[in-house]
Amino acid sequence: MLRYLAGRLLRAVLTIFLVVTFAFFVLHLSGDPAMMILSADAPPESIKAFREAWGLDRPLWVQYAAYIVHALQGDLGNSMRDGRPAMQLVLERVPATLAITVPAFALKLLIGIPAGIYAALHRNSLADRLTMMVSVAGFTVPSFVLALVLVLVFSVQLGWLPSAGSDQSTSAILPIVTLGVAGAAILARFTRSAMLEVLGQPYIRAASAKGLQWRKVVVEHALPNAAIPTTTIVGFMVGTLIAGAVVVESVFAWPGIGRLLVSAVSNRDLAVVQAILLLVAATMVTANIVVDIAYGWLDPRLRRGGKSDR
Amino acid sequence: MGESGCGKSVTWLAALGLLGSRARIGGEVRLEGRDLVGAPVAELERVRGRRIAMIFQDPSSSLNPVHRIGRQLGEALRLHRGLDGTAAEAEARRLLDRVHIADAQRRLGDYPHELSGGMNQRVMIAMALAGQPDLLVADEPTTALDATVQAQILELLGEIRRDSGMALVLISHDLGVVAENTDRVCVMYAGRVVEDAPIDTVFEAPAHPYTRGLLAALPELDGPRRVLTPIAGVVPDPWNLPTGCSFAPRCDRRIEACESAPPMPTEKAADHRVACIRA
Repeated sequence: MLRYLAGRLLRAVLTIFLVVTFAFFVLHLSGDPAMMILSADAPPESIKAFREAWGLDRPLWVQYAAYIVHALQGDLGNSMRDGRPAMQLVLERVPATLAITVPAFALKLLIGIPAGIYAALHRNSLADRLTMMVSVAGFTVPSFVLALVLVLVFSVQLGWLPSAGSDQSTSAILPIVTLGVAGAAILARFTRSAMLEVLGQPYIRAASAKGLQWRKVVVEHALPNAAIPTTTIVGFMVGTLIAGAVVVESVFAWPGIGRLLVSAVSNRDLAVVQAILLLVAATMVTANIVVDIAYGWLDPRLRRGGKSDR
Repeated sequence: MGESGCGKSVTWLAALGLLGSRARIGGEVRLEGRDLVGAPVAELERVRGRRIAMIFQDPSSSLNPVHRIGRQLGEALRLHRGLDGTAAEAEARRLLDRVHIADAQRRLGDYPHELSGGMNQRVMIAMALAGQPDLLVADEPTTALDATVQAQILELLGEIRRDSGMALVLISHDLGVVAENTDRVCVMYAGRVVEDAPIDTVFEAPAHPYTRGLLAALPELDGPRRVLTPIAGVVPDPWNLPTGCSFAPRCDRRIEACESAPPMPTEKAADHRVACIRA
């Protein structure tokens, strides 16, 4: 188990390193921060001075080596816009993002999983068809469209909730609902098909033949098996907690990581973009490791180092 | 007995109400005078496992892959015998011993994928015994197993039947298995029982043309080599059955009347029923 974990961690570090490297070259080759931050008609001397100050005049590989060396020491550079450490700038935004993504995640689980289970248990019934219709609508409508519809209804028409910003206690509701609905829709479909697959298995019929009540067959035999594939998608959703709200944060002017990312990219504020990508990669990779460990816990067939004598 | 798709398993699944809520079931299934068809679910649940237990074709996928053997056995023991904790564990161990699984204590902690197919079928049998049923329905219990294991499982079922007095329904397409392990046989064709008699009668004096056809298609161990006689034609699709006798299109003794209505089983001799107007 320890060796397995060590291997996974090594791969995780490698993944993060690749993400950082890739992002570094794409960002440095795709635009000039001096032009973006100082504007294109700034005097040539200021642009030159800016480049020298940020080391942008050095060869790319030198910049890259310097970046990696500093990053390994925990220094991800400073924002070119306000000069503060990039990571600090990013971490300041984390609570705001989590304030909408975590409740949205809970909403996805609380609606998506029960809806999927219910639909599977009542396959082809009216309730199943309605659930699946709503679900298809939920994940085919882009989140910005849903966001605008919600604003139109709850802010413009009814006037119940603020349409943007973060200054009121109710400001988070629409962003949370927007994020939650799409995720719940995906999760409902996924849970339904996982459940249907399991309900068709011989051990479900065998459990009924044993005399178990249907409720117990579902709870004790079907659900633990259906949880295995569902974990994949839930794990993926955990991975998007940090950066899964870019569009929604932009629509609702929510001061989280997503909006910081959008402005940092358009300004070519390299250190900030890099810091965000590093954080996103780290969350994704961590979520993946957690999913792998959960698999082993849920499915004895995947446990390593178990007994294998037949 | 009957070929794949003739309705052997479905008949028993229907009897126990295991076909799901969308299946429509006609006729009647009598257990001590009570009709199980249309009986409330709670009543069926009391019958399943306790009065009539069932084991299935593919033992490895009939056990839940995420629960240990001990837990699955314990579940049946709690349900049917009200046993819990150490009493349940001791009884589970005894049941595994009973089906000749060595090192029962350790096996209780194993998962189904850690056991062979034959072992899993033994576990299924042990689980069926947990309810001390009056009747065990074994649905092709050896089809998924290799020949030596097959013999051991049939041997075990016979032994349990002799020792406990439990009745056994053996669903099979294998004439040899049926001949060696049963007292009485119902031959099924296209969803109906076409012949029902003691095993010796069926093998010595088969009356239905289908049964005769099956026996004629068997090679003999001794005696001269001969060309086997197959039954001409194929089984009709269940959604496209002939109006009369389902076997009529393949039958060499067919007359016009065969095509008018499905023949009802009639007593041809004492304890020998045949559904054929020509028998």
